[in-house]
Formats: sequence, C-alpha cells, structure tokens
Amino acid sequence: MTQLPETPVAPTRTVDAVTVTGVDKTFDTRSGQVDALTGIDLTVSAGEFISLIGPSGCGKSTLMRLIADLDQPTAGTVTVFGKSAKQARLDQDYGIAFQQAGLLPWRTVAANVGLPLELHGASGRDRTARVGELLDMVGLSDFADRYPDQLSGGMQQRVAIARALAEKPDLLLMDEPFGALDEMTRERMQTELLRICAETGAAVVFVTHSIPEAVYLSDRVVVMSPRPGRIQEIVPMGLNRDPAHAEALREERAFFDGVTAVREALHTGSPVPTGARGVENR
Amino acid sequence: MTAETLAPAIRRRRGAPARELARWAYGVLGILVLAAAWELYKLLGPSDGVVIGDARILPRTTDLAMPHTWDMIARLFDPVTRSATANPLWLEVALAALVTLGIAAVGWLVGIVVGFALALIMQRWRLAEWGLLPWIILSQTVPLIAFAPVVRSWGSRIEIGAFEWQDWMSVAVIASYLAFFPIAVGALKGLQSPDTIHTELMRTYGVGWWKTLVKLRIPASIPYLLPALRLGAANAVIGAVVAEVSTGMQGGIGRILIQYAGQASGDPSKAWGPIFGSIVLGLAAAGSVAILGAILRNYRRVEINA
Repeated sequence: MTQLPETPVAPTRTVDAVTVTGVDKTFDTRSGQVDALTGIDLTVSAGEFISLIGPSGCGKSTLMRLIADLDQPTAGTVTVFGKSAKQARLDQDYGIAFQQAGLLPWRTVAANVGLPLELHGASGRDRTARVGELLDMVGLSDFADRYPDQLSGGMQQRVAIARALAEKPDLLLMDEPFGALDEMTRERMQTELLRICAETGAAVVFVTHSIPEAVYLSDRVVVMSPRPGRIQEIVPMGLNRDPAHAEALREERAFFDGVTAVREALHTGSPVPTGARGVENR
Repeated sequence: MTAETLAPAIRRRRGAPARELARWAYGVLGILVLAAAWELYKLLGPSDGVVIGDARILPRTTDLAMPHTWDMIARLFDPVTRSATANPLWLEVALAALVTLGIAAVGWLVGIVVGFALALIMQRWRLAEWGLLPWIILSQTVPLIAFAPVVRSWGSRIEIGAFEWQDWMSVAVIASYLAFFPIAVGALKGLQSPDTIHTELMRTYGVGWWKTLVKLRIPASIPYLLPALRLGAANAVIGAVVAEVSTGMQGGIGRILIQYAGQASGDPSKAWGPIFGSIVLGLAAAGSVAILGAILRNYRRVEINA
C-alpha cells in the first residue's frame, strides 16, 4: 500500500490510530430498538486515510461518532492510539470537522481557529504563531480578521479544517465536510486536504457518500451496508498519492477502476431496492 | 469570489448613516402626525365628545380635557407653582424622572441578576426548567397594585443593625419583579440557542459545563439577551412608576403624575408634563440598552452557511 512516501510519520506512532473490535450500536427510539451498527471490526493504521461510504442509514456517521466518543457503543470496544475513545478525546488525540463548518459567528477567523488552543490554556504568543501557521496551510492568511459571515462556504469549511488541525492531532475525523459545497469548490478542497494530510501525517477517518471523493482521497474505502449497518467490503485503492500528481489522478485509469470497484461493492451490498426507498439523490 | 462575498457587508456599512437619518425622520414624523391628529379632532370633534348610548367612545374636546399641544409644551417652561422661587415645570419633572430612573436602574440590575441566575439554573438542570418556568410565568399574573403594599409592609419590618429598609427599596424590588421576567425567559432561550454541532465541538475539546458556558453559551445568548434587557428596562420603569404611586413614595415621577392630575381641573396642561416625562424616561431606559447593543455588535452576527 502507498503510505505517503515522504511523510515524516512519527516513529512513536507505531500503534494503530483506531481499532474497532466487535462493535454493536443500538439506539432506543420511540418505535423500538434500532440496530445502527452490528459486528464492526476495523483497524486504521497511523497516517492512513480511510473513507466510510454507504447509503443513508448505514451507520457511517454513527461509527465516526463512536470513535470521537460522542456516542458509546452498545457492545465491543473502540480504542484510539491504544487508549479508550474517551481518554483519547480528553487527551485531544483527534481533530474533528462536520458537514457544517460550525464556526462561532462572533469570533474572527483567527479566533475560531485558536479556540481549542485557548480552551486548553495555550499562551497568547504560542496561539498567535500556531494560528498563523494553520491559516497559511489552508490559504486564508489574508482573512484572519474577517468574521465567518463574510466568508464563502468553502472558506468557512477551510477554517473549520484549520481548527481541527490546531492541536496537531494524529487523527482527523471528518463527517461529510465537503457535503454542502459545490462541485468545483469540493474538488479543490479535496486536493488541499490531501496536501494537508501529507504535510501533517495524520490518519483520517472520512465519512462521505460520494464514490469519487472516497476513491480520490483514500488509501482504503470501507463500504458499508444499511439496516443493520455492517462493513460490506474494504476496498484498497493503492493510487499514486504524490501531491504533485493530485490533479492528473482524477483522469487516470486507476482512479476509474477504483470508482468501479467501490460501486460494485456498494451495489452487491445493498438489499434489493423496494420502490423509492434506498434512492439516494443527495 | 472574495470581493463578491464581501460586497454586502460593505454596502451595509455605507448605507448606514442615511438609513439612520431616515429612521429619526420617521420618528419625528410620527410625533407630528400624532399632534396633528390631536389638534384636528380637537378642532372638528363635538365639544361633548362622541357618545354612543351611555358610553363616551371619544373624549370631550374642551381645553380642560384636551389642552392644545402648544399649551402643553408652553406649560413645561412655566413655573410649577405661583411661588416666586418655583422651578419651571420641565425641571421639576426632570428631577423627579431622575429619581425614578435611578430606582428603576437598581430594579433593572437586580432583575438581570435574578433573571440570569434563574436562566442558568434552568439551562443546567432540565428538571429545574420544568419546575421553575411555570412559576415564573405565573409570577407575572399577580396584579402589581395588590402586590406593592405587601412588599412595602414586609420591607418596613426589615431592620438589620444599622440597615433600615427605605421606601425606595420597595419600589426597586417591585421594578425588579417586572424586569426579571423577560430577562429570565430571553436568557434561557439564548443559553439554549447553540446548535448541537457547537455543543458537541466543545465536548470533543473535553471541556466542562463552565467553559462551555463562558465560551459558547453566554456569547451565543447575546442576540436573545439584548431585546430581553430592553424589555426589562422598559418594565423596570413602568414598575417603578406604578410602585411609587401604590406605595406612596415621594420624590419620583409617579408621585407627581398623581399630584398634577389632581390639579388638572385648574391647570389642565400641567398634568401632561409628568406624562411626557415618563415617556422620555422609558425611551431613555430602552435606549441605553441600544448603546449596549452597539458595543456588543460582534456578538449579534449570525452564522450563514453558504
């Protein structure tokens, strides 16, 4: 597998980024119990980019939330860098970005990016320096003093990604971060994300329901099926991850082969469509 | 793309002074229309008013019932009494209004503290919200007139060491009783306003209730809090004026409202002085919150998801 050749993946991180073992998740709803996930086993190596893909209701976001300790599994264990998910959350081992940027509207771009540093008591000078670095990385240095309502959706999302990277996490959790963006912006953001990942060496768990997005970004694509959410198949990609090659990759044979492989895995997985149910048009 | 996204903000800023001017102009126009309507009715209406059956649905138009607007204004600059040392009416009204404003401000501040504390408790414990909110709403249905003398008589029994309960304190308590309600309700709504995404973000940062409160909930509550504070300020003024009347406190505008109304048969324009005074008082109280809003304007930005 291509493992980001030039990336200085920290040698101390020989331990896997995420280990999910035998995880079930059941939600109690008014109409009874809903099995969101059953029998999930998944390992994400340090520095690896993993996408979770599947139709709505397959539990891909739920799985990410379990890793983030925003929900707890009903059965099984989730470990992050060898610790419990809760400990990893308290230790700030991951950064997270959602479908909405979720910026605080009363804070400037710089203050939004610096929020996690501020909350954890970083000194003013360290904060300014780190925020400067991060804004450079996402190309928003000129917008440090702007407010979120003065930015486009793509720029807001870049601020959110910078914020997620603020504490140099070795794991990034992203729940459809580009879902609300137009196609052009989306492609540019994907390329930038690959570059940022190469720079930081972080492992990524990326939730999406776009097949090309998953193929383009990932080392492995985890294909999930709904009701109850299971892992259908894990498709390794092995594409050329050289950042200089990022744009050409979209038109390459290997890319389209990847798309086909993931498509087939998705379609063998889903139960026979019954009427309009299962139509996914987002 | 950049210029395009920034354009609305810039346009908004450039248009601001003109719009501000227009708003003042509309305000003045409104007052002039009101004065014109008053004079027109006084000119054309029957002197005994419009009576249907036994009910008078429009007032008499005599000088006694409806003095000319210019008489009311002119009266403001005449002395209060015939005594040679008497102040002009406007000054007397202004001094009384200042006394009331001071008391209302104390009531407002107490109302903020109590209202915000209640909102915090209700935000922190869902059970408290279920238990407290109905009582808070119920509290506002108690008629002030019935409630004021009770506060006064309880207050008069309080004597701790050198501290003695003053009449103005009863008035302030009653003002705060009216002021706390919108503040409690507005602050609760504001503290509960952050989206799930924001509260979950704070959770991923591993910070507790207190830091979430300071960094997220309180700043997010400001757009809800400002109108509540304005309502609270207006309520505090009304509460103070009514409480002055019903506790019989001297020196405030409530007292001279009653006193001058009693003299209206001989000096009809005089009674309007304190009425104008209390209107200005309410505007001043609400307006001071507008200044607060201008200071906190960055907290009133809303998130726009493109």
